[in-house]
Amino acid sequence: MDFAYISEIALYIAFILYLIATFFFGASIRDKHTSKVEGGRSKEAIIGIWITQIGFISQLVYFVFRWIASGHAPLSNMFEFVTFFGMSMVLAFIILYYIYRLPVIGLFALPIAMIVIAYASMFPSELAPLVASLQSHWLYIHVSTVSIGNAILGISFVTGLIYLIRQIDQTRRSKRTTWLEVIIFALFLTVGFIVITTGFNIAGYNATFNYQQNGNMLTTHYHLPAIAGPNKGELVTEDVMEPLFEAPSWMLGSDAGRKFNTVIWSFLVGAVLYGIARLILRKRIGAAIQPLLKKANPDLLDEVTYRSVAIGFPVFTLGGLIFAAIWAQIAWDRFWGWDPKEVWALITFFFYAVFLHLRLSRGWHGEKSAWLAVGGFAIIMFNIIVVNLVLAGLHSYA
Amino acid sequence: MEKLKCECGHVNPQGTVLCESCGKPIEGNQSIDGNDEHVLLNMRYEGSARRSNTYNRSIIDKTWTFFSSVKVGVIFIAIALAASAIGTIFPQRLHIPIDAPSRNPEIFYEAQYGIIGKIYYQLGFHDLYSSWWYLIVIALIGISLVICSLDRFLPLHRALKLQRPKRNKTFLSRQRLYSETENVSRDDMNQVKDKLKGLRYNIREEDGHIFAEKGRFSRWGPYVNHIGLIIILIAAILRTTPMFYLDDYLWIREGQQLTVPGTDNQFQIENKKFTLETYGQSEEDLKFKEAIEKQDELIAKNYQTDVVIYEVDGDAVTGDEDAVKEYKEAAIRMNQPVKFGGYTMYQSGYQEEYSTMSFKLYDVDDPKEEAIGTFTFDLLNSSDTIFEFDNGYSVEVVEYLPDFYFEDNLPKQKSNYPRNPGFVFAVYPPGEEETEVSFAAIGINFDPNTADSSSDKTNQYKLGIVDLDTHYVSGLSVRRDYTLPLFGLGALIFMIGVIQGMYWHHRRIWLHPENSQLLLAAHTNKNWYGVKKDIEKAIDGTSIEMVFDQQELEDQLKEKKKEDTKEEKTEK
Ligand code: HEM
Repeated sequence: MDFAYISEIALYIAFILYLIATFFFGASIRDKHTSKVEGGRSKEAIIGIWITQIGFISQLVYFVFRWIASGHAPLSNMFEFVTFFGMSMVLAFIILYYIYRLPVIGLFALPIAMIVIAYASMFPSELAPLVASLQSHWLYIHVSTVSIGNAILGISFVTGLIYLIRQIDQTRRSKRTTWLEVIIFALFLTVGFIVITTGFNIAGYNATFNYQQNGNMLTTHYHLPAIAGPNKGELVTEDVMEPLFEAPSWMLGSDAGRKFNTVIWSFLVGAVLYGIARLILRKRIGAAIQPLLKKANPDLLDEVTYRSVAIGFPVFTLGGLIFAAIWAQIAWDRFWGWDPKEVWALITFFFYAVFLHLRLSRGWHGEKSAWLAVGGFAIIMFNIIVVNLVLAGLHSYA
Repeated sequence: MEKLKCECGHVNPQGTVLCESCGKPIEGNQSIDGNDEHVLLNMRYEGSARRSNTYNRSIIDKTWTFFSSVKVGVIFIAIALAASAIGTIFPQRLHIPIDAPSRNPEIFYEAQYGIIGKIYYQLGFHDLYSSWWYLIVIALIGISLVICSLDRFLPLHRALKLQRPKRNKTFLSRQRLYSETENVSRDDMNQVKDKLKGLRYNIREEDGHIFAEKGRFSRWGPYVNHIGLIIILIAAILRTTPMFYLDDYLWIREGQQLTVPGTDNQFQIENKKFTLETYGQSEEDLKFKEAIEKQDELIAKNYQTDVVIYEVDGDAVTGDEDAVKEYKEAAIRMNQPVKFGGYTMYQSGYQEEYSTMSFKLYDVDDPKEEAIGTFTFDLLNSSDTIFEFDNGYSVEVVEYLPDFYFEDNLPKQKSNYPRNPGFVFAVYPPGEEETEVSFAAIGINFDPNTADSSSDKTNQYKLGIVDLDTHYVSGLSVRRDYTLPLFGLGALIFMIGVIQGMYWHHRRIWLHPENSQLLLAAHTNKNWYGVKKDIEKAIDGTSIEMVFDQQELEDQLKEKKKEDTKEEKTEK
């Protein structure tokens, strides 16, 4: 039996189950349920949470079998790490569901976890060997704890977002409605990235470039048509689109041109998708979702936001700073080296410390907290995506 | 000092907002915590008297008040946050890539990032985390942390210790969770009491008033975690002194035995063997085939130096062989450092170097390039520099550059390690007066005559490399860090404090008979949902009304106020 294959299938199954569960959670918050627990005990919600849990188990199967197949815990590259982050979000949702029984969280948390998992699968997913510096049990301990901490903090983003969609006055356009649309647009952007990458991957598109960097001749393969070619690059493949322009020279890092090109594509496709959605709905996306959330209790949402920060902050600190420092001490003989990844973990820590302290005073509950929760998640995603791919340091996975 | 006597008889310190004993709002002090503008009481610090809110005359008072403000603390943290982020825009000085054309920061930033890079460098952001102003911001956070905690901890502790079961009615009715029920039976009261006991509440009674409390210790969590942070800051300061922190580096060749730097000659280390393994060499790596093929470079699997550590008897005379005793044999690998006598050595680099090179002398006109003579040069111990052959020819190594590079067409020395050796040879053919000079290195064979356009002479003989031997040099770093336990302790205390404050909650429930009514009120420092559940369970089956969440009342009031002001504005 091929463990790697089973593992792959299990991940697909998990993904599909999350999708199905989302629909059940969606059904559970419809108007006809008027119980005071806000649909928490409705039949649809119960089915939804069970499907979610089966999906989670399926994803655990993915994890365990991949571990067996490769001989090391699947936490060592972008694909494995981001997939695990998605799985952690589902786990965090399940835990908070049993505390608060709010199916509406599932309606948002599961799709976001799915986007995360789909995003992960855009990275090379074949089994890869572990470079010497990563061969330590602390890798697993550190990465998994950070990931779970991030995921619990991620739930505060989900409830914060629900809070904002529920509460922001959509009768007229304001700064707040615009910012809310920006957040929603960011989600479309990620979907755009997934759609376009998958599309051209299936088509098997390839354009090879040679380019100069620091006096070295390098080669890169574009799997999306090159809108922006590499700086000082030369197209080698024939019969493919010529780049419209070159990536600017200050973009350094490995393969900056290709990454820049991917970002451009994601923006384009994300914008098109968003535009279509706006055309169909004929109003702001936030305004379109708002009526569905009438029954959600904003005070309770605010409390879940705060609670998930309160639960997630210690976990994140333990994994992202303390375990990280222990490992760095063992592997690189210094527990702290101001590496970009480390600095961004510290920034995340500072940010949530600010969040917790602001909550001490009146007037920072409710909407302001919700905005902060969204901001915190932006920092987390920045650390996972931009720092890994662009500000390459020691931790750079890709 | 003037004291405030409450109607319950308790004497409160100056500046108290809510009586420490019964909770009655103390007239004249309500604006301190903003209670005058709200339905609900501000319970954050139990309305206790804090120095920062009470005294504000002398400079010391003002400084204290400044640093004990959470707003100020938050601003410091936010500044540290923003500064930290700026430091990651471009690589820090320490992280300038090894293959950069110039690693000199003065050149690097401008060359790579243009004018923005230049500004970045000139503002000192290239070394941000050890800049004085960054350290000052961190120190300010520390100061604010200490003062803020002192300002709140003692009064809070006092208020929680002095609170009594029987509270003032106003105190209860202005709690967030509150209800009033007519004619509650004694049995119902007792049931609630027992249920709360079952939920692990501590019960205290006074004149038929019931007070249930649990998780008070979680209120100390923030103070515990702040102590942890202070310990970490102290450790960071100590780490800047050599007494507490030693950091050194050593290059050691296979077979070599050297004194470990920084150990005062107490330890020596011998490099037995260095091993570099890459993926793809063994059977079990087959499963990674696809990934390995995708990579242009080899993927390292293991770096390892097998070493023997010797301890030197400090009292013995130098040269005394018995003074050097074997202390430990070990393999240093990435992620697996070796420890001895308080020092730790880490695998942190390696270099391939040449140990010997063999050359042959041949005639340029000989198409077969047959050797006139061969010789081997020892690159590490370069004492033999003249090689004479039986047939009368001889070669002299006039100059040996262990690690050279070209600058302005001239070979220059880069280091003393034989990493890229270059040679200037002189060839003495038998019976001829004239000697020929040439330069040779790996892949280079240079006849200086060709550079001189005034002469048409060229060399008759050439030297070619026929064989070479290499060895590895292992880079080991030596550390001794006495601050580690302190950092560990700080981190541990921080974690304990955070968990204590976050995963437990301080819940209080009051049952207060007043004439024919029973007042029920509750407060928690976080997780209102949880305390509501507790109350639901406790009053289940009794006639007692479930508490009402007055937060909603407060919210409505706020909404109304907002609308009122809006209307006022539009009317104007
Ligand atoms: C990066 C530095 C800091 C960290 C990580 C930190 C961490 C924390 C945490 C986790 C809490 C508990 C919050 C809660 O229970 O919701 C807390 C509470 C608190 N912190 Fe900090 N803190 C820091 C700096 C400061 C500073 C500079 C001040 C002073 C201005 C301060 C003042 C307080 C106060 C007053 C509390 C509430 C105490 C109470 O509820 O009794 N903190 N801190």
